[in-house]
Amino acid sequence: MNIECTVNGRSVSLAGEPMDRLLDLLRWQLSLTGTKEGCGEGECGACTVLMDGAPVVSCLVPLMQCAGRSIETVEGVAMGPQREFLERFVALGGVQCGACTPGVVVTACALLRSNPKPTREEAARALAGNLCRCTGYEGILRAVCDEEPRP
Amino acid sequence: MNGIGSSPPRPDGWAKVSGAALYADDLEPSGLWFGATVRSPHAHAVVSSIRYDPSVVPEAVFVTAGDLPAVNGIQLLDDSWPILADRLTRHVGEPVALVAAPSRLDALRAARAVSVEYETQTAVFSLEDAETLPPHSSLSLGCGDVDRALASAASILDGEYRTGHQEHIYIECQTMTAWFDGETVVAEGSMQCPYYIHKALVHAFGLPAERVRVLANTVGGGFGGKEDFPSALAIHAALLARACGHPVRLAYDRHEDIVATTKRHPARVRIVSGVDRQGALLGLDIDIVLDGGAYNTLSPVVLSRAALHAAGPYRCPNVRVQARALRTHTAPNGAFRGFGAPQVQFAIERHMDGIARAVGCDPFEIRLRNALEPGDRLPTGQVLDASTAARACLEEVERRTGFRKLWREAEDRRRTDPAAACRGVGLSLFFHGAGFTGNGERNMQSPVGARLLDDGRIEVLTAMTDMGQGCVAIFPQIAIAAGGFEPDDVVFAPPDTALVPDSGPTVASRTTMIVGGLIAQVASEMAERVFSWWRSSHSGVWMTDENGRLRPLGVTFREAARKYRQEVGGIEITRRNQPPAWQEFDDSAYRGAAYPTFSWGADVVELEVDRDTLAVMPTRVTSVCEVGRVIHPVLCAGQIEGGTLQALGYALLEEVKMEHGRYLNDRLATYIIPTIQDTPPIAVHLLERPWEGGPFGAKGVGELPMDGGAPAVAQAIENASGLIPNEIPATPERLLGWQRSGRCVEAAR
Amino acid sequence: MTAALSPRSLAEALRWFGDEPSSKLVAGCTDLMVADTLRRSEMPRVIDLLSVPGLADVHDTGAFLEMGATATFAALGQNAVIRQCFPALSDAARAVGGWQIQARATIGGNIANASPAGDSPPVLLALDATVVAASTAGEREIPYDQFHVAYRKTALRPGELVRAVRLPWPVPGSRQAFRKVGTRAAQAISKIAVAMSVRIEAGRIVEARIGAGSVAATPIRLRAAETAAIANAVSEALATAVGKAAASEVRPIDDVRSTAEYRSFALERVARRLVLELGGLS
Repeated sequence: MNIECTVNGRSVSLAGEPMDRLLDLLRWQLSLTGTKEGCGEGECGACTVLMDGAPVVSCLVPLMQCAGRSIETVEGVAMGPQREFLERFVALGGVQCGACTPGVVVTACALLRSNPKPTREEAARALAGNLCRCTGYEGILRAVCDEEPRP
Repeated sequence: MNGIGSSPPRPDGWAKVSGAALYADDLEPSGLWFGATVRSPHAHAVVSSIRYDPSVVPEAVFVTAGDLPAVNGIQLLDDSWPILADRLTRHVGEPVALVAAPSRLDALRAARAVSVEYETQTAVFSLEDAETLPPHSSLSLGCGDVDRALASAASILDGEYRTGHQEHIYIECQTMTAWFDGETVVAEGSMQCPYYIHKALVHAFGLPAERVRVLANTVGGGFGGKEDFPSALAIHAALLARACGHPVRLAYDRHEDIVATTKRHPARVRIVSGVDRQGALLGLDIDIVLDGGAYNTLSPVVLSRAALHAAGPYRCPNVRVQARALRTHTAPNGAFRGFGAPQVQFAIERHMDGIARAVGCDPFEIRLRNALEPGDRLPTGQVLDASTAARACLEEVERRTGFRKLWREAEDRRRTDPAAACRGVGLSLFFHGAGFTGNGERNMQSPVGARLLDDGRIEVLTAMTDMGQGCVAIFPQIAIAAGGFEPDDVVFAPPDTALVPDSGPTVASRTTMIVGGLIAQVASEMAERVFSWWRSSHSGVWMTDENGRLRPLGVTFREAARKYRQEVGGIEITRRNQPPAWQEFDDSAYRGAAYPTFSWGADVVELEVDRDTLAVMPTRVTSVCEVGRVIHPVLCAGQIEGGTLQALGYALLEEVKMEHGRYLNDRLATYIIPTIQDTPPIAVHLLERPWEGGPFGAKGVGELPMDGGAPAVAQAIENASGLIPNEIPATPERLLGWQRSGRCVEAAR
Repeated sequence: MTAALSPRSLAEALRWFGDEPSSKLVAGCTDLMVADTLRRSEMPRVIDLLSVPGLADVHDTGAFLEMGATATFAALGQNAVIRQCFPALSDAARAVGGWQIQARATIGGNIANASPAGDSPPVLLALDATVVAASTAGEREIPYDQFHVAYRKTALRPGELVRAVRLPWPVPGSRQAFRKVGTRAAQAISKIAVAMSVRIEAGRIVEARIGAGSVAATPIRLRAAETAAIANAVSEALATAVGKAAASEVRPIDDVRSTAEYRSFALERVARRLVLELGGLS
């Protein structure tokens, strides 16, 4: 099937089987490889994208449900107005291997759009669906909650 | 901004947060095909027939052990690990056949068109049953007269401690692409050690070294899991590429990754100790058994590190360590951050807690009384250097947390009102030998190269990969500081065996300390060569920089170097690692200095045990670590924060349950790692005792934090609940079992 | 090849489903898409309920709160009326997966998928929910405690789908609570889950409904525990009795997430704790 949707503000058409994963279509049809696969079953959040503004795991979204929807990937987020947050994310140690990072920053950006100054608890609630194996989440929380860098 | 001790943003940071960084499965070479692996569903079976129906996917290719070009062995320490099962399979998930097709879906269809018949055999899973099979390896070490020491001790304690499998769960699954470039086999993908794979491909294909090329893409996490296993993956991909004439990618999904790849060795450690009335250690008799799984991979080296860390960071004049890695019919266990040390330090730390209770002192006192000091001897005879910081870490963590008071309060609370007790605190003291074990570094003498580019910049050549730990940031910091360069003066060649020398694997907490040290050397020599030439050929005013080097005032290194390039020519420097002459180790007798130095740490974990569900929730962790001079505080703390959480997961959540050798937790929904909501605030404090053998005084960092978390958690559970967790993970189900069987402090009394 | 159908009305969905009752109904896809690639590629006919307008509505019908089948847990968790009147459901909705899963997973999917470990079923049992089932033959109401008939089997007939779930409004004196014991603090599947709804008059529990998950082949009502709860004043002893009754009426199993022994233990303790909390003693 063919469907039309918006990806990072651009109208695109996607072609595939109805149950093909949005994750694969983004990566292989649109070459938006920033969105990563970590588990393929919605457990790790590495493939998180925004669908009409809400974070979803793109490994569990079939092509047939993308028609007419607006999708924002990490590449879109990075081109947008939240650059300062992304730079802080790097500076405060939110990134190590980087495989969970696109999913984490997409989810975090969704949070920060509605809640620009979250507490650690609010940030942790929002990011509960994003597994990170490198950072112990400390650097991530420091960046999302805009805390002071380590002395 | 870039100096030693500052934290410049990591150079790959923006690419990673913006999605631009390219990982192994993000690349799409033209004509790419996809591979799939047919695996044994049985733990131990004779393969009686393999049939393939080529009509399902006509263009697909199919490879079995019969198609191998040379030996059927993956070269690591030896080549006993088969590339593909031939006749016998020895674990569930063992590769039996490979297929490749032009699309991922067709590869899966082709794999389904393979039918294999098996005759199942008796399989061995438990360490107790594994005693009947010949071990992968064994060793012993020690000092003094243990039997006499135990006979004269005021009190004897006998304990058994167990730890389970742990799966790495790097977020990027194992991925490798291979192709033939003319006569040369090329493999690129997610890996820690390009030259390990290089060696394995040379061996498997019977090719000369120059006809094999291996390069690392951006690596989405390793933790040791991409040290050994990628060699198997690269050979598989290359076999398929040879069969179909296309580049072939093997990209495991998470399920396959968990089923097939190496894990941390489960361990059983038995300790018999003798102490005097004050709890000072007189003798330690330690028996270590590791579950090596079906094949050897790196088990002997893991076992060696386990044996060398078994007595913990404690002084003991009489020690006997016997260690064996046994065979079971499970996937081979291999490298995982800590490499044998977390298992044995869990054991010795729990044992020290037992001694403390037996002699009536608190966990802090027992550790302080026995902690190693500079000048003390380890069981191998090694004399500890001035950077030995066990006591400093203990005292600092006590100062920051008030551990002793919290511990005492919880002990009192438990006695006066057991029903209300739910909070506890635990302390651990730990150490980690930095760099390869024994003569590893001496045998390898790993090189690092540097050359002058036409524009006056320096290119540094190392084979190290950045799996997230941050050598992409730290190496430039070291080079710039050592050479007195500007940030743009130095570039690093990518880890590609066609470009860089074999500076060793990215493992063993050796990257900053060993390879960073060589980088400092080549950078410094490069600056020396250029400026001394300038001095001999130019007049002018001279100044002394912070490295004590004379340099011309008003002339940058780049200007001088560009001139040198034009007027004299190129410079190429290669420096090989020379371990200090005093670091001698006899690896047959296990005597001498197994490591050039050690890093030190003390953790305090505070937690709550839910009275209804026995679920354990850590509420705060304080980790005081001494890792020599800290090059990049944000990245260094990041290693400790992440390693500490991995240790908390190891202690509480992460468990591989097995049925007939099949892992039941073979998906991310069932293999449970900590989420952000399972994670307490982790406060890291870095003590710095610069060690003269490392660049600017740096020692190893990466593995240290894996050693301390689990025993501190176990002690805190004991403090809160009275239950004695001598086995991890300390799941609520296990806590319930201990509660019901009376394995608690009050019963032991 | 998969035939993909996106109905533009409920009637159209019902007609298409009625034509071929073996069609796969999809909504949030959070369970379905986990299927391996080959199985996913081989689904013959899929009907997307997210495309049905109005099917996600949550509204007050007077006697009931009615939640459309495709209402997501994010919507339910954020709904102020639910927070106020059905806090147990609100808590359960927030205990589903993480944000990403809550944004997609639906209440209809959660019950039609019929996992014994689902998060909402214990609450729906405790809150005396009714399922509105629809087919081309019309609508019928199924009391939720008759909805799960066997392991992963529901009372839905071929061609029938979950159109909505109804909850009766709480009466004065009623209180409710939900507790999930998961494999970790978040993004977890339950080892056990318990929901309890009681009506308290003059310090006595006069009515009790207790639902539990992951302790049997289906989500179940704990009727012995309910009976035990209706007694004299709420006390430690009563809470303990309710816990014991709960543990005695189920035979949980060992599986990858937990053990039968632990599940019985935790069920007993959590049921006890919820009685204490609802009775104001904890």
